[in-house]
Order: sequence, then structure tokens, then C-alpha cells
Amino acid sequence: MSKNIKLTSIVLIVLFSFFVLLKGLDKSNTYSPELSTTKINFNFKAKDLFSDDEFFLDDLIKNDEMSLINIWASWCLPCRDEHVYLLNLKSQYKLNIVGINYKDSEINAKKFLKELGNPYTNIITDPKGINSIELGAFGVPETFLIDNNSKLIIKKFIGPLDDSTFNQLTKLIK
Amino acid sequence: MKILKTFCILLIFFLFFQNYSSANSSQQVDKISKNLRCLICQGQSVYDSQSDFALSMKTLIKKKIDEGKNDDEIYDFLISKYGEWIVYEPKFRKNTIFLWLLPILVFFVGGLIIFKKTKFFKL
Repeated sequence: MSKNIKLTSIVLIVLFSFFVLLKGLDKSNTYSPELSTTKINFNFKAKDLFSDDEFFLDDLIKNDEMSLINIWASWCLPCRDEHVYLLNLKSQYKLNIVGINYKDSEINAKKFLKELGNPYTNIITDPKGINSIELGAFGVPETFLIDNNSKLIIKKFIGPLDDSTFNQLTKLIK
Repeated sequence: MKILKTFCILLIFFLFFQNYSSANSSQQVDKISKNLRCLICQGQSVYDSQSDFALSMKTLIKKKIDEGKNDDEIYDFLISKYGEWIVYEPKFRKNTIFLWLLPILVFFVGGLIIFKKTKFFKL
């Protein structure tokens, strides 16, 4: 009798472990940044790309209902691909787009904008990458849609914008 | 001459102190970054990684230390930005009680089983 109980419990434990591990295989092991907070720190000062003035990010997103913060760099190839979407957002939806120029040289950044166009209302620089970490970013390119009143992230896009994320963005803006 | 001597001593003292304090802060950066997961690398800590993300993170930690923030404040700040996942050693909270107490529980239950089964106690 006691032998039977032992055998049954071993089989049950093995079966349980098997199904737990099997279920675990389906789960993606990559970290989902969606889980992190929607709060953002706007209260830091950074230098403007085109002048020596320093701005608080907070002051750059006050005027409109929503703003887009885009982290970019001239050395980042995917940033080139997504640039056309940013230009579209600016021309079609008159969105306030604040650029954060990540670990870039000033000359290259200006060349990049001259070549591809400038969709940004303001651009602040982040030569050490600290400001992007303050925003909770992972790297370039990265885009945050911000509600200016509540100061919360409505949506975070990690990686370059494409047709699908552009559609998502336009639906949220409308 | 005496003034020069005093100046030299002060200079040496100042340089020594500066080196000492910068070494201390760098040790603290190492200690904190070893407990942080590099979120864009596979299986590396921020300390080990040379990615842009990790390098920026180390610079930020150094800045926070220079601002006078302690370890807990820095961890809390990073957890608020990137979630609990960023730390290798999660804090003792309501949702991590099981994680922290389970090994202790297993240890005691195991000990109890051994305690009961051992002939020594039957003597």
C-alpha cells in the first residue's frame, strides 16, 4: 500500500515537472520591457544640438496634447529607416517630436539631418547616454509617445518604427 | 621654504585622498553593476558587458554615487525604470517572500526528515 503511494507520488511529481517544463518552452525567455513603469523622468537638463542652450525635457513637451520622444543617432542604421516615418508624423499630424541624439558627434548628427530632413521640434544631446537611461531606454532607436498632461508613457516602441508601428501610432494620435 | 614644504604635504595629501575616494567610488560602481542584469545582452551583467547600454549604465551609477546616493537608492531608481528583472538579487518584498523563504523552508523540512529518520535519535 505504502509502496503504491510512493510510486504514484513519484509519477505525479515527474508528470507535473514535465508539464511545467513543457509549458516553459512556449514562453519567450526574452525580457519584455512593457512590464516596466510608464512613469518617466522629464526633469533633467540637456544641451540643445543647434545651440549652447540647455533645456529641461519637461519644458519641451508642454505645449501639445501629446509628444513623441525619439532617441536616435547618425551612426545607427535602423534610425535611417525609421526617419521617413518621423517626417510623415511631423508633416501629416503636426506632432511635437523631441529628438534625443544618443552618443553621437555633433557634426555627424547635423549632416544626418541635412541629408534626410529634420522632423524634430527640438533636439537635445545625450553624449554619455545617461539621459536615455533616465528615461528607461535600452538603446537606439527608441520612441515614446507621451501624454503631456499626465506625463505618462502611452506607448513605447523599442527598435525602428515601421508600417505596423506607424499605424499603431497614428491610431493613438487621432 | 616652510611654506613650500607645507604646500607639498598638502598637495600629496590632497592627491592621495582624491585617488582614494575615486577608487572607492569605482569599487562601489563595480559592486552595484555586478548585481545588475544587462538587459540587451544574453547572460551578462552590466559589469561584464561592454555594450552601449551597460557603459551608459555604469556612467549613470557613478554619477548617482557622486551625487551622494546610496546603493539602495540607486537600485530603487533602476528598478523603477526597468523593473525588478534588472537586479540579480531581488529585494525582500511581498511578491518575493516565497523566493527568499523557500530554500530556508526546504532546509528545515529536510533537516526534520533527517532528524526523524536517523537512528541516533532512536537511542
